[in-house]
Order: sequence, then C-alpha cells, then structure tokens
Amino acid sequence: MAKIGVFVCQCGNNIARTVDTAEVAKYCGEQDGVVHVEDYKFMCSAPGQEMFKKAIKEKGLDACIVSACSPKMHEATFRNAAEAAGLNPFKVEIANIREHCSWVHDDKAVGTVKSKDLTKMMIERIKFNKPLERYVMPLTKRALVLGGGIAGIQAALDLAQAGVDVHIVEREPSLGGNMARLSETFPTLDCSQCIMTPRMVEVQNHPLITVHAYAELEQLSGYIGNFRARIRQKAKYVIDDLCTGCGECWEKCPFSTESEFEMGLVKRPIIYIPFPQAVPTVPVIDNTECPKILKDKCGLCADVCGPDCIDFTQQDEIKEIDFGAIIVATGFQLMPNVYREYGGWRPPHMTPKKLTAKQRKALPRSDAGRLVDVINGLEFERLASASGPTGGQIRRPSDGKIPEVVVFIACVGSRDCNKGVEYCSKICCMYTAKHTMLYQHAVHHGKSYVFYMDIRAGGKGYEEFINRAQDEGAQYVRGRVSRLTKKGDKILVKGADTLTGQAVDVEADMVVLATAMVPQGDSEQVAQTLGIGYDKHGFFSEQHPKLMPVESSTGGIFLAGACQGVKDIPETVAQASATAAKVLGLFSKDEMMRDPEIAIVDQEKCMNCWDCVTVCPYLAISRVELKDRNGNFRKWAAEVNPGLCQGCGICNTACRSKSIELMGYTNEQVYAQITAFGGDII
Amino acid sequence: MGKKIEIHDFEPKIMAFVCKWCTYSGADLAGTSRMDYSPNVRMIRLPCSGRIDPQFMIKAFEQGADGVIISGCHPGDCHYNEGNYYARRRNTTFRQLMDFHGIDIERIEFSWISAAEAIKWTEVIDAFTEKVRELGRHPQYDDEIVDPYAQFLVQKDQESA
Ligand SMILES: Cc1cc2nc3c(=O)[nH]c(=O)nc-3n(C[C@H](O)[C@H](O)[C@H](O)COP(=O)(O)OP(=O)(O)OC[C@H]3O[C@@H](n4cnc5c(N)ncnc54)[C@H](O)[C@@H]3O)c2cc1C
Ligand code: SF4
Ligand code: SF4
Repeated sequence: MAKIGVFVCQCGNNIARTVDTAEVAKYCGEQDGVVHVEDYKFMCSAPGQEMFKKAIKEKGLDACIVSACSPKMHEATFRNAAEAAGLNPFKVEIANIREHCSWVHDDKAVGTVKSKDLTKMMIERIKFNKPLERYVMPLTKRALVLGGGIAGIQAALDLAQAGVDVHIVEREPSLGGNMARLSETFPTLDCSQCIMTPRMVEVQNHPLITVHAYAELEQLSGYIGNFRARIRQKAKYVIDDLCTGCGECWEKCPFSTESEFEMGLVKRPIIYIPFPQAVPTVPVIDNTECPKILKDKCGLCADVCGPDCIDFTQQDEIKEIDFGAIIVATGFQLMPNVYREYGGWRPPHMTPKKLTAKQRKALPRSDAGRLVDVINGLEFERLASASGPTGGQIRRPSDGKIPEVVVFIACVGSRDCNKGVEYCSKICCMYTAKHTMLYQHAVHHGKSYVFYMDIRAGGKGYEEFINRAQDEGAQYVRGRVSRLTKKGDKILVKGADTLTGQAVDVEADMVVLATAMVPQGDSEQVAQTLGIGYDKHGFFSEQHPKLMPVESSTGGIFLAGACQGVKDIPETVAQASATAAKVLGLFSKDEMMRDPEIAIVDQEKCMNCWDCVTVCPYLAISRVELKDRNGNFRKWAAEVNPGLCQGCGICNTACRSKSIELMGYTNEQVYAQITAFGGDII
Repeated sequence: MGKKIEIHDFEPKIMAFVCKWCTYSGADLAGTSRMDYSPNVRMIRLPCSGRIDPQFMIKAFEQGADGVIISGCHPGDCHYNEGNYYARRRNTTFRQLMDFHGIDIERIEFSWISAAEAIKWTEVIDAFTEKVRELGRHPQYDDEIVDPYAQFLVQKDQESA
C-alpha cells in the first residue's frame, strides 16, 4: 500500500482566496493510499520545506504531492527537499492549483472542486511513479573544432587558453579560411592578414592545440561528452615532422595548376602551400595533378628537398580520437553558379550547387562567350591585396590593364528566390563599399558605380563607412542591372536608376559582383555526418533562434561563424567565443549528470518493428543483438542511448508493442491520471 | 471578492493533453496574467505533443469526457524539433478513425498554442467549452461496454476454479 503525503499550499492568499485549501486537504486525506495531509500558508518557505521533510521522515512517506504553483516554479525545490529527506526525488509531483486554478477562476466553489480534482489526478498518477536515478556519464575533456577559419581559430584559442586540449580539423592545407583572402576589412580598413596571421601562428605554437591540416572528419559516433571522431588525414606526400618549410620544392616544381586560394587568378605549383603565410608551412602534393604520382615522371621536389621529407608512397591515414564537445566552424562560400551565369570568367573551383532551369532563366544574360572581366568579391579582394597576384595593383584579369571604370553590382543572387536565395546576404553592402574605397585608393582617377537595391548597414560604424565610400567618389545608383554585354574590350552594363526612372548604361572596364554568401557545397553531408539540423539553404540550425543561438540541435555540438548563417568577422568571432564558453561550461564538471526521464526499452517485449528508431529525432535508439549465456544470437531489440535521449517520448507513442516507455511519463502514469478524471467538473 | 460563475444545466467535462514547453506554459501565463476562463478543463502535462497517444483520448472519453483538447507548440517550434509534426499527422489519421467508430470528431480539438499565447489558450478553452456544451453530453459510453473476450476470460476463470 502506498504511503502518500499531500501538501496543500495556500500561497499566502494567492490560492486560499479562491480555493478552500482545508477542504481540498480533507478530501485528499480520504483518498486511497494517502496517509498524511497538510494545509499550510507557504509550502516553499523554509519552515514549509522543513515540515515537508519532517513528514517524509516521520511518516515514512513513499510519495508526495504538493498542491501549489506551477511545476516550473517549485518542482525542483520539492524534489531536492525530498532527496534531502531520503525520498527519491521522482516520487514527488506537483498539482498546479495556482496558475491553472486559483488565479484563473474567481468562484471559490469552482476553484475548490477543480483543485480537488487536479490533486486527485496526481495522487492516482504518483502511485505508478518509479524511483529513478540520475545517470552519471563519463566526460572526455577534449574539444574538436571543425574548420580552421577565423571562427575555428578564435574558438580553439579561447579553449586552449582556458586549459582545454583542442584539435582543429581543417580540410585545406592551411588554416585561415576566407578571411585570409581578404585584403582590408570594413569598417576600419585594417589589413586582414595583419590581424589574422599572428592568430594563426599562436594556434600553431600553442601546446594544447593540435592542427590536423588537410584532413577531414569522416565519421562521428557517440554523444555529448563522449564523441568518437574518425579523422581522415589526407596524404600530403610530405613528412610533417621533417619538413622545415624552406620552400625549395615549391619553387622548383615545374608543373602548375590554378590556385584555389587565389580564386584561379594565377597558377600555383603542384607541390604547394596555399599562400605564403600558411600555417602549417608544410606543403602538400596535389595528387590529382602530380605527374610523379600519376605516371611516375618528374620527382624533382624529392631531389631538391634538403631534409628528404618527400614520400610519394604516403597513404591517407585514419585517426580515431575521442572528444567531449564539438565546435562546427565550416564557414561559407560565394554562390558559385550565379557568378558564372553573369559571365564570370573561370569555372569556379568551388563545388557548384545546381540551379533550377527557372533560376537560370531569370538571371541576366551575358552574351555568348564568357566575360573575363566580370569577377566576384573574393576575386576582387585578391586583386586588391598587397600579397595577391598583382601585388595590390588593381588590374583586370583579361589584359592586365588598370580599369578606369568599375561597376559593382550588389545583391547578386541575394534577396531573390528566382535568381538565387531569398535571404539578405548582409555583408555585401559593406564589402562593396569597402571595394569602392580600395579601388578609389588604388586608382585615383578611376570611376566606380554601385548598382544596389537597398543599403543595409546596421553594424557599429557601418553607416558612417557607407557615407565615407560615397564621399570618396563611389556613385551609388539605385536599381538593378539587366544585362552585361561585351563592347570592344569593355563591358556594357545596362541598368536602370529606379529613383529617376531612367535607364543607365555604363561602359565598364571591369564588373564586380557582390554574390550571395551561401553554405559550403557539402554542408548537408557534413550535417548528416555530425547528426545536426540544417535549414533549407544548408546553413546549420541553432537549437533556439533567440535563446540558444550557438547550440546545434544535438547536445555537445556547437556552431560558430558563417556555417550557421551569414556573418561578418566581428559577429563570427563573438559567436566563436560564445561556443568556447559553452564548451568550458560543459567541461567544468568531472562527469555529467543526465536526467533519468528518458526512454527505456523492455527488450524481451520488443518485436523489432524499429518504428522507434525511425521516429526518434535524436537518433538515440539503435538496434542491438541480444545474446544468450553462451554468446549465441538470441533476438534483436531496440536500445536507447541515455546520452542522446532528450525525453520527448515520441518513441513511446510510436511503439505498437508498448515495449519502449518514457520514464516519468509512462502509459501507466498517464492512464492512472486520466482514470481519476470524471468526477464533478464544477 | 469571488465573483460567482454562471452554472448551466450541463457542464461539459474536458480533458486537455498538452506539451510542457508551449501550451502548459501558455496556460501558466494565463494564470500569472490573472485571465479568466471556463473551469471545465483538466490538463495532463506531457513532454511533447508527440507523446500524446490516441488511446489517451479514447480513455478520456471512456472516463466520461465530453471533449478532448490536444495542443502543443506551433509547427517549427517543437522543443524536440519534430514531435508536433508527428502529433499533427497522428491527429489527422486518428480523427478519421474516430469518425469511423462513430465518435463525433467535433469533440476533439487540435490547436497550436505557444508559451506566449495565454489569450489564445483562454479563447480556445472558452470556445471549445461552449461548443461542447451545445453538443451536449457525450453518449458513446453511456451503456456498459460488453467485451466478449473479457467475458470469455472471466468464464474460463470461474470454470477452472
Ligand atoms: C568578398 C568578401 C569580403 C568580406 N569582407 C569582410 C570585411 O571586410 N569585414 C568583415 O568583418 N567581414 C568580411 N567578410 C566576411 C568574412 O569573410 C566572414 O565573416 C568570415 O570569413 C567567416 O569566417 P568563418 O570562420 O565562419 O568561415 P570561413 O572563413 O569560410 O572558414 C571556414 C573554414 O572551414 C574549412 N572547412 C569547411 N568545410 C570543412 C570540412 N567539412 N571539414 C574541415 N574543414 C572545413 C574551410 O576550409 C575554411 O578554412 C567578407 C566576405 C566576403 C565574401
Ligand atoms: S517501436 Fe517498440 S517494438 Fe518497435 S523496435 Fe522500438 S521498442 Fe521494439
Ligand atoms: S524519448 Fe524521444 S529522444 Fe528519447 S529515445 Fe524516445 S524518441 Fe528518442
């Protein structure tokens, strides 16, 4: 027989005003299994809690109902008090007679009847509450940072400075990401390399940071606190530990191909580092191009390498490393196809995303043949960069002439579902303004035009920056460009000024497109490998748009930078530091406590329909083989991973054989609660 | 203090199955904002609308409920990402099944109520109570249900005893 205690709270006058608490207590005392009742002014006060604990101990109560305010307020309070008194905390339930009764009904008779009923329902329910124990899970205090752009660098440094062991997995041969490509940065026009490279060096020298450059995450298993990552270290054909980064090899390499880092503007050797300040400075051999690897010809680099670190037989290496938390910082790319449709001059090295026929048709047409001098923003950054292919002189790609008239087109592919994506790419207004300035500073007599839809410059110092660009000579034309055609060695830009209603034609030497920022081409695969959510564009989804902006939908995986949405550098860095803070919070304990209100399978009953496996939003359920004593296969069954289960109970509803149950909300409990219903309603 | 509410000849009994993140909190907000709504409803708190088993509703009707409310977070807002989509799909199919069994589907209300929509909560409760009051008592389980299999078991028990 149950020994239930019922504690009815008057909440000063908050409950007592419209509920006859004494009457409720009396009624509860008459219920089956109730051995103790109290009616008290403030249950949550210190004396109230003492009374609660004393009753548990003295009356040997094995379950308690507190009829009081919402469980959101004091469920934890009374569960902790029960635990202190030696009663399992999950044998305490709250009947909400304040928010759901006394505060919403003015009639005392009505309030009293409803309070009785609500408490009675809880009394019946609690008879089926099982004592539950919190799970203690081990915790690996090592963090994985996926992507080594500014977001990954910032997060790794923050963590390492706090004493956490960090591994960065970067798929390119060097850290840096897109920020390393930028020449100068808005809104201060400080040189990107100057603020970026010291950080990269700091990462390399930090004893707690391990950089896996030219590597990819192949598989991820486990759950918060206990992830296991399979990392594929792609063959560099260069022995890391021996290489001094002297550069003999890449200077002597007789073959070349387009440089990805320079956006294909120039060539790079086959054995290469992406850019001179690369970190690590170990070169890699591009095995899709190297004639030695492909057909055993050449091998010059091996001959010139002093420390003898070239190894043409090297294979990809698989490393398995355990992590407790993961920060995803895989960044963005510029929308590839739109730029090609505008007549961009080179096949983009970036993974193209397919455009629908409708989208392709809606794009402004360029004449047959490619317009070589139509480039995108990142290419312009390289042209303007002092360390770029032109040494910082802005020269157009076709003939190397200094362009006298440059047209910048904003919102290419953004804010338009027909041409590209519906969202605003946000940073393009700013970098276009920056580009006009960089151009104006380099070519004093040059003329720059900006075709724009709206100017969006909401950041700190941003509006001022736009004004400055206009003061320095950029002519802003509000309107769209409909057509780019070749005219001699110039490009005829046909546009409209929607403010004056007139057509505007400009003969430009070069056109720069501010193409939309979109997720990496493989972001959906990456999300699937990680088991995190992504939106329809491929940006990774945060757990809550306002209150949990850096958490992914999977516990222990956090999001930093442009992989989660369009961002400029200050925002990226802020978010990266936020993820580091979250990881530090997680790692501040030695082990993790998990709520026991999760699903559990009765494996003997399970009939292997795997419905639960299909519906679980957290992929928490797996199929396991049950073995008999001799280790022979006996039957299949579902099994819940307590580290992954979030306690939604969707599986419980889906299970036809009723073999999987959500602790704390079992069918028995709910049915008992419903069964208590049906008495007087008013 | 304490204004009397008008009591009708027939006061419907309504059971609500709600998720704890949105609707339950919305109802809490109605309380903290001291809104007033009809007292005919009893709420059962579940983690997610995806946990609402159609059999809970049948059980509620069997216990004498005249109407049942199912409510959770709005589409796209589910704390567990997709639980409410399961609830919605289940509700669509299950309504037809209920209809087929002769249970008036007008007695089942499905509504998205967020944690901020205290007003919506009160409106849904008031409107639904009014609607069920007009529909009248739910007659489905008035007669004792005879389960032939259960009878058979009882009989077998007696025989063996
Ligand atoms: C033309 C242009 C100009 C800009 N100018 C400015 C400016 O002046 N001021 C400003 O504040 N912002 C500017 N920005 C924005 C700025 O570039 C971004 O905010 C910033 O680079 C985002 O950093 P990130 O680390 O999130 O992404 P990224 O820089 O894209 O870095 C991502 C990194 O992850 C790696 N990676 C990707 N996928 C994987 C994978 N699966 N596994 C392993 N590694 C992976 C990539 O190789 C890369 O190194 C500009 C952007 C553009 C396009
Ligand atoms: S839904 Fe139930 S029966 Fe089916 S696999 Fe899962 S636990 Fe087993
Ligand atoms: S309760 Fe939810 S999260 Fe846990 S196993 Fe079931 S479906 Fe998955």
